[in-house]
Amino acid sequence: MFIPHTPSETEEMLKSIGVKSLEDLFTDVPKKYRFPKLDLPAGITEMEAAGELNDYSSSNESAKDLLCFLGAGAYHHYIPAGVDNLLRRGEFYTAYTPYQPEIAQGTLQAIFEFQTLIANLTGMDVSNASHYDGATATAEAGVMAYHHFRGKRPGIILSSAVHPQYREVLCSYLCGYENINIQTIGEDFNVPGNPDDLAAHINKETALVVVQYPDFFGRIFDLTSLAEKVHEEGALLAVVTNPIALGLIKPPGAMGADIVVGEGQPLGIPLSYGGPYLGFFATKKEFVRKIAGRLVGETTDASGKRGYVLTLTAREQHIRRDKATSNICTNQGLLALAATIYLSLVGKSGLKQAANLCYQKAHYAAEILNFIPGFSVLSDAPFFHEFILKCPVPVEEINTHLLEHDILGGYDLGKDCPALTNHMLVCVTEMNSKDDIDYLASVLQEVAHD
Amino acid sequence: MNVPANLKYTNSDEWLFIDGKVATLGVTDYAQDQLSDVVFVEVTVEKGDSIKKNDHVATIESVKAAADVNVPVSGKVLEVNESLPNTPELVNSDPFGKAWMIKFELTDPSELDNLMDAKAYTDYCSTRGH
Repeated sequence: MFIPHTPSETEEMLKSIGVKSLEDLFTDVPKKYRFPKLDLPAGITEMEAAGELNDYSSSNESAKDLLCFLGAGAYHHYIPAGVDNLLRRGEFYTAYTPYQPEIAQGTLQAIFEFQTLIANLTGMDVSNASHYDGATATAEAGVMAYHHFRGKRPGIILSSAVHPQYREVLCSYLCGYENINIQTIGEDFNVPGNPDDLAAHINKETALVVVQYPDFFGRIFDLTSLAEKVHEEGALLAVVTNPIALGLIKPPGAMGADIVVGEGQPLGIPLSYGGPYLGFFATKKEFVRKIAGRLVGETTDASGKRGYVLTLTAREQHIRRDKATSNICTNQGLLALAATIYLSLVGKSGLKQAANLCYQKAHYAAEILNFIPGFSVLSDAPFFHEFILKCPVPVEEINTHLLEHDILGGYDLGKDCPALTNHMLVCVTEMNSKDDIDYLASVLQEVAHD
Repeated sequence: MNVPANLKYTNSDEWLFIDGKVATLGVTDYAQDQLSDVVFVEVTVEKGDSIKKNDHVATIESVKAAADVNVPVSGKVLEVNESLPNTPELVNSDPFGKAWMIKFELTDPSELDNLMDAKAYTDYCSTRGH
């Protein structure tokens, strides 16, 4: 590996930071771990390596091999062939960060279109160029709200109906902030309450209230009155949402959300093994200087022609230094592009159709599963494409049985909410045919009789 | 470079106009020139706030940098320039006039002794690179 520093330059640098030798930079790493013996096998040929990797991958069963009824944050949707085809074009696939706009107009325009689509879909004024995933986008909403009030409002109210992992990530990001007080409301309930339950906890110390729509349990609530209460107290409302659902239901922006975040994986991005995914972040114009992440803007060049650039870069920490509100200055470019291509291919009507198929099929599934002895669907609110199924035996048992029939069962809610032990979160998308759903029902019937 | 004789200056390019116990704060012509086109100004204190020497009171963003404006003496905020955020370019065109940022009551006038007068500030600026 080529290191360009001369010994005298290295010495000068060490001296300037007050360190005697290069070795001293690693004092935090215990000596015995510094040069561990790596027990690596001898090198193999490309042919052998490909064969080995093939063996590993074929021992996995994915949504391609199994009937998938699992959701809970990552969803099995159809990816049109056009997405991959365009994505793999070298100009897109190998493009780096568009720091030099003069040679990156393709990338910049694609991101600009992505931002526009997200802003339109969520009903907000502006969107950034994306985050790692829905969880980190949610965390950034917390960061933004905290800094918006300059730390004077240390309270964050989280609904327990927000994805448990998203709540954990938000807490990880913010737990070190001065005076921070993160409260999760509704964990004790048998079924987490509705958003209006949060109202009682909002006061002048609250910076941000975070809810999910449709919520983690698939339910849809009108957030308008909650938004009003939040604004009465001078706080901000962040809504975590599902982009496919927005093809059918009212956008959070129309209900009074100040920030809308979520996971863009359903838009033309495969499930993979939990990633890479796509966080999106949209907000009102008045907050644009406070948001993290990249922003692409449209402008004109010296000849008056339209062009695109990274803009408002003074927010980012490489310019604002320690005063930046976030350390994020990257995005998921390729995945934002995939989402943009997906949305362009399906269009407004296609997105609505996809959403409608999910909705209709999920409701059909809920209807027939509810009829199976021992099983019942908990429905205290309208739902989109996920619902809670109360089961007669532990979810783990049911899923093992389902797997034997090549079915990937729903999410075991008992893991996150003790009050929901033996309850499964079932997800149905356009990928599940009526036959698939009927088959699921018949296999579950077997469980009831065991 | 414009350096009005009746003002006091800091080495971080803020100016103060003193009128009895009331001080007005802004940034200098040198500052706006260094920053280039100012696109955003945010005053981060409100009427009634107590400010201490070296407190951050405003942020200026130009096309190439984000700069903090700090108050060099302690006081209590009387007035904030509400229209400045809507017309950030005033920092470039009228740094000593319409682009004033805050007016405050001095709580420790002796702190003014640490500031430079116009001549000292002009000399100081001439020693700086760009």
